[in-house]
Amino acid sequence: MSTASIPDDGVRRVDGELRAALAAGERPARPSPLSAALTFGWRGMLKIKHVPEQLIDVTLTPVLFVLMFTYMFGGAISGSTDEYLQFLLPGIVVMSVLFTTVYSGVTLNTDVTKGVVDRFRSLPIARPAPLVGAVLGDSVRYVIGACVVLGVGLAIGYRPEGGALGVVGAIALVVVFSCGLAWLMTSVALVLRSPSATMNAGFMALFPLTFLSNIFVPPETLPGWLEAWVDVNPVSLLATASRGLMAGTADWGDVGWVLLAAAALTAVFAPLTTWLYRRKT
Amino acid sequence: MTPSSPLAIEASGLVKDFGATRAVAGVDLAVPGGAVYGVLGPNGAGKTTTIRMLATLLRPDGGEARVLGHDIVAEADTVRGLISLTGQLASVDEDLTGRENLVLLGRLLGYSRARARARAMELLDAFGLAEAAGRQVKTYSGGMRRRLDIAASIVVTPRLMFLDEPTTGLDPRSRNHVWDIVRALVDQGTTVLLCTQYLDEADQLAGRIAVIDHGRVIAEGTPGQLKASVGRSRLHVRMLDPAGRDEAAAVLERETGEAPRAEADPGALSLAVADAERGAAAIAALSAAGLTVAHFSLGQPSLDEVFLALTGRAAEEPAAQAGDYQPQEVTA
Repeated sequence: MSTASIPDDGVRRVDGELRAALAAGERPARPSPLSAALTFGWRGMLKIKHVPEQLIDVTLTPVLFVLMFTYMFGGAISGSTDEYLQFLLPGIVVMSVLFTTVYSGVTLNTDVTKGVVDRFRSLPIARPAPLVGAVLGDSVRYVIGACVVLGVGLAIGYRPEGGALGVVGAIALVVVFSCGLAWLMTSVALVLRSPSATMNAGFMALFPLTFLSNIFVPPETLPGWLEAWVDVNPVSLLATASRGLMAGTADWGDVGWVLLAAAALTAVFAPLTTWLYRRKT
Repeated sequence: MTPSSPLAIEASGLVKDFGATRAVAGVDLAVPGGAVYGVLGPNGAGKTTTIRMLATLLRPDGGEARVLGHDIVAEADTVRGLISLTGQLASVDEDLTGRENLVLLGRLLGYSRARARARAMELLDAFGLAEAAGRQVKTYSGGMRRRLDIAASIVVTPRLMFLDEPTTGLDPRSRNHVWDIVRALVDQGTTVLLCTQYLDEADQLAGRIAVIDHGRVIAEGTPGQLKASVGRSRLHVRMLDPAGRDEAAAVLERETGEAPRAEADPGALSLAVADAERGAAAIAALSAAGLTVAHFSLGQPSLDEVFLALTGRAAEEPAAQAGDYQPQEVTA
């Protein structure tokens, strides 16, 4: 044979082990949809371990904002840096977690472009499991992002009047809303062609939403048309609700609206993502 | 399990359109179980699209197919439980380690955590990846990545495996390794559908071959049948003294009426001959003329020539992806 001159060292040895390994691949019972989704969640954890840059990227910017805005504008906006920090910090927690949702889309788009999705789709598992699992895994990412920003805030003097319970409630609310938003990001990810396009689209949408909100300044000082927008911006609603929870002065109506928005995002975009994923060519 | 169909894959009239482009224009396949079946064609012929339909990733726009007796649309989930796919892109997670990739798949297929871990190590050992088990896949070479990809496809031994261009871009040694893996799979009872643009690869591995061009099967048969359809063998001669090559070429042309081709080796010539007897006569003529032959062989036509005969054009060189691997002419 023409290939006889090519050295094939080790192949025979590998061959014996290979045959043994092939013979040992008996098929177990299928996992439940929940178990499959949790396995994908575990994959998300591994990604935090192996690609911490993604989390650091989206956490570092909000941390810088906390420091810069507090010390630069705190006095001008609220009269003192301490007082401004009380106002600013819950909003930055929101911003940090919302930024992280962009990576939920980027990760899915990367899976598509690298062909990993092909393998998952050829497995006999519940169709939405990879997507639900990814959102579950990402929620851990959201909690980490929120805690980092909160930690920096506490270190420089933020004192949540609502206590530990208020803080946990606020973070939970932000994470629940972000899981809803993540479904929007994953839908977008399945329509766009590349991870970088997905990232650009995500941040292009989030920048106006987070900056033109009440995260940085109370809207009363804004021109009328901008104030009107800030008031209806769902990010303002989320910031107000989590500010309330952390300060122990929560308006339960606000919290309810946020939960409703999260439910609406999930109800529309979770099925859309699943449908797009199934139809992905 | 399901009763085994005599055919691993039966497809009739499969069609897939992407917008205005008809990628697959009515593919019929009858793939017997327990062997490698080659699907051969140049880039863009419709091989990958056909595989993706058969592996339930794409819904056909026309025609139907049964994989191991199950309809690929109506019983897609059952089909997924019997097959595995190794796509053209090495479909492993680059951010995770080799071991994590295999444990992930083991868990998704239903193994317990402990069993998934043990299975991952077993496969990493068998595929010569044990030392790289804890490294992120992005640090792997092309050959290692491809082996991991195949290992990922056999965490549970599939009844039917789709292999889409498994050696594209690999060096010869890694390619041989992949070929050995494919042979071992088949010995163990798995049917393999192998898509390739390397004629040599189909020749080495496949028991039967379908040649696809422009979304249609243009020829089907054993490698021998396909070659026989071209009808002529090729005589390779290497002269002991390269200086005598021109004279030898003249003798051969006189004897056979065919102009020999000068090969890259300064002493080597090759020419098409109608049958073995004429080849032997040509060698005898060289000896009679006092020209010493160092080596000669009579080869079947290569599948390159088959492709040329079937389509009137050469199989396109996949230069952008082929790396350092060029299809070799088969001389044995």
